[in-house]
Amino acid sequence: MYETTYHRAESVENAVALLGGADDPKILSGGQTLLPTMKQRLAAPSDLIDVSRIADMHGICEDGNAISIGAATTHAEVAGSDLVKARIPGLAKLAGGIGDPAVRHMGTLGGSIANNDPAADYPSALVALNATISTTKRKLSAEEFFTGMFETALDEDEIVLSVSFPVAEKSAYAKYPNPASRYAMAGVFVARHGDGTVRVAVTGAGQNGVFRSAEMEAALAANFTPEAVAGISVDADGLLSDIHGSNAYRANLVTVMAKRAVAAAG
Amino acid sequence: MAHVSMSVNGKKVSGQVEDRTLLVNFIRETRNLTGTHVGCDTSQCGACVVHVNGKAVKSCTLLAVQADGADVVTIEGLANGANLHPVQAAFREHHGLQCGFCTPGMIMSAVDMINRYGPGNLDEKTIRHELEGNICRCTGYQNIVKAIKAASDEMAGMQQAAE
Repeated sequence: MYETTYHRAESVENAVALLGGADDPKILSGGQTLLPTMKQRLAAPSDLIDVSRIADMHGICEDGNAISIGAATTHAEVAGSDLVKARIPGLAKLAGGIGDPAVRHMGTLGGSIANNDPAADYPSALVALNATISTTKRKLSAEEFFTGMFETALDEDEIVLSVSFPVAEKSAYAKYPNPASRYAMAGVFVARHGDGTVRVAVTGAGQNGVFRSAEMEAALAANFTPEAVAGISVDADGLLSDIHGSNAYRANLVTVMAKRAVAAAG
Repeated sequence: MAHVSMSVNGKKVSGQVEDRTLLVNFIRETRNLTGTHVGCDTSQCGACVVHVNGKAVKSCTLLAVQADGADVVTIEGLANGANLHPVQAAFREHHGLQCGFCTPGMIMSAVDMINRYGPGNLDEKTIRHELEGNICRCTGYQNIVKAIKAASDEMAGMQQAAE
């Protein structure tokens, strides 16, 4: 790891000020992706601004018909939250399947979405549940937020504060993890909302990160059963193809995971 | 450089570290507690697992400064004098190791697992799933899983006896 200067932000205002005053800073939350990346010398921020102890960025609470989760809330906290388990069980399940137990004790919601790894789990939940991301500057819909592989709409000096997840009628997530890395080769989050619309968001498979399948959404809005999506394939052209699996293989996985997610949503 | 102070196995420690110093290096090189191992150094293998504020974390993927003010427990902090922790005793009893390199991390993860589920509430499937972040290249996991199950049940019995 190259040298860096660590700062512990005491408040959101303090974090913003530290960001503005540094040369090439990075926000450090759980560090479960950032620190390994720095150790490999693939990232070399001049300054690390640790937001993990800012009380305002922690916690899970009900916010009307939505669940609001602070950006510095860990995956273990989301997975173990009685509120999330009761209201959006698919989200709790997803958080409980990220990485491994030790990683879930450190890794955070805000860190995961700000990084927007194309194989990360959370982006699919945010898009399928039509979540709203609150930052130090504005509110963004999930689809506005995720702009491409490792790319988000965040400005250099903007920090994710919390994410508000509307409570869906039914939701579930199914992923096929890479046998070695355990990252999703394909992960599908399915949510049926109160107005009868269905959202299907796919992670792990797309070249540009998370995407929706309009065809699956229409089929499930008419008939919310695994059979409804069994015959629908996403276009393999936009999918990742690497040593772990071809794009055609991933396209097939997407259909299989969509069926499993719908079955799990019940 | 940064000044850090924390509790390691119940003892207050402090020192100057580079900002980029990893917790595992602080523990091993400054405190000479070499029971915590560095295996893969890429947060996959779990040989470096310690408890920070009661939670299992990978100490190769945490800066020492991040743990400033924390309570850290390493493998050296588990036994009570000459009395092994029940999980340590079960690993010995059930031969839950061969070369032993992964063992400190396995045991720290096992203790965390038993704390979270409650003693006696672990079945084989759960244990195997929970060990996702700990890699052993010798045993095939069979005896590790057996040891954790035995320790969990033993600790449930101890808890009952105490009540």
